[in-house]
Parts: sequence; C-alpha cells; structure tokens
Amino acid sequence: MSLAGIALGVAMPLGLVSLLLALARLVYGPTLADRVVALDMIGVIAIALLAMYALATGQPAFVDVAIVVGLIGFLGTVAFARYVERR
Amino acid sequence: MPPLMTLLASVLLLFGAALLFVAAIGLIRMPDLFLRMSATSKGSSLGAGCVLGAVAVSAGDLGTAARALAGVVFLLATAPVAAHMIGRAGYLSGAPLWEGTQCDELHGHYNALTGTLEGLPGVEPAHTPGAAES
Repeated sequence: MSLAGIALGVAMPLGLVSLLLALARLVYGPTLADRVVALDMIGVIAIALLAMYALATGQPAFVDVAIVVGLIGFLGTVAFARYVERR
Repeated sequence: MPPLMTLLASVLLLFGAALLFVAAIGLIRMPDLFLRMSATSKGSSLGAGCVLGAVAVSAGDLGTAARALAGVVFLLATAPVAAHMIGRAGYLSGAPLWEGTQCDELHGHYNALTGTLEGLPGVEPAHTPGAAES
C-alpha cells in the first residue's frame, strides 16, 4: 500500500468522526447560535471530505464541488446569522 | 508523481485531518458559544485549507491546482467574516457567557431597543433615524 493510500485511509475516518462530533453539537446545542456554529463547521468538514474524495478517486471535478459547497455554506451561515440577530 | 511531492501531500493531508479533528473536539468540549467559535473558526479553516493544499500539490495539471488554491483563498477569506457575524448575532441575542469569563467590556453598554452602543468613552453616539440633527 502506498504512502498516499495510507494517509487517505487515516484522514478520511478522522474527517468522518469530526463530522459526527459536529452533528452531535448540532443536535444538543443549547442555543440557536451554537447550532449555526455547528452547521458552519459541518460545511467546512464537507469541503475537506470532498477534497479527500477528489484525491482518492483522481477525479478533479470534486474540487469544483468543494468550492461550490464552500460558497453556499458561507451564504447560509451569513443568512442564519442575520436571522438570529434580527429575531 | 515524484516521491517528495507524495510525501508532502500525505503530510498536508494528515495535518489537515488532525486539525479538523481537534476543531471538532473543541466544538464538543468548550463551555461557551464564543470559545467554541474560536476553536472551530481557526482550526477548521486551516484544516480544510491544508487538505485542499494536499490536493493542489498532488494534482497532475495546473488547472486543478489553481482551483484548489482558489478554494483555499476563498475559505481563508470567508471564515473570519462568518465567525464575526455568528459571534455578533450570538452576543446580541443573549447567549450565556461561561461563568469563568473575566472581562465583558460590552456589558451594560448595548441598548437592545435602539441597537446602539452607549456610555462607552470614545464612542460617538450613533445616528438613529428620527433623532434631531444638530
């Protein structure tokens, strides 16, 4: 097994565990702002997982998907923050 | 791909994944909205940036590397703005502070009705609609 394969095999489960921890904060967050923070974190982890998937499959199209997910996640976070502030 | 670039991509990938994991642990373990934000906004943006950097290093062509680096730049530009907006919204909506908080300089100075700061030295009273011009 190559070095890059070993690194991917360690990094992808770490990203998955991080996603599950952020999901736990999204479920148990005491206030709405905590949930927005967790949602922002889930978006960033999704970017990292898509980049790892682009490395694993060798398909460079997943990098474009990662950029688009980052853009949509930023817009969603800003919209949620405005909503929390104006509520 | 040259072995040195494989090594660099693997190190960047492992470092990024470890930073993401540390940020997720901080999101779970920190006692306060603002401490959680300070863990996630720094750790997760640098972690995902390192993973995208690994993609850029190990990409075969220039276009993929440029797109991955553009993703890094976009991530580093937007993460502080998003964290600032969530923190401001959380403070103004009355998120509880940790009981070990030493200093809250905005305490008592924010008027929730008009949405302005008042009583702070060096802060001009903000222009409110309907106030008389002098």
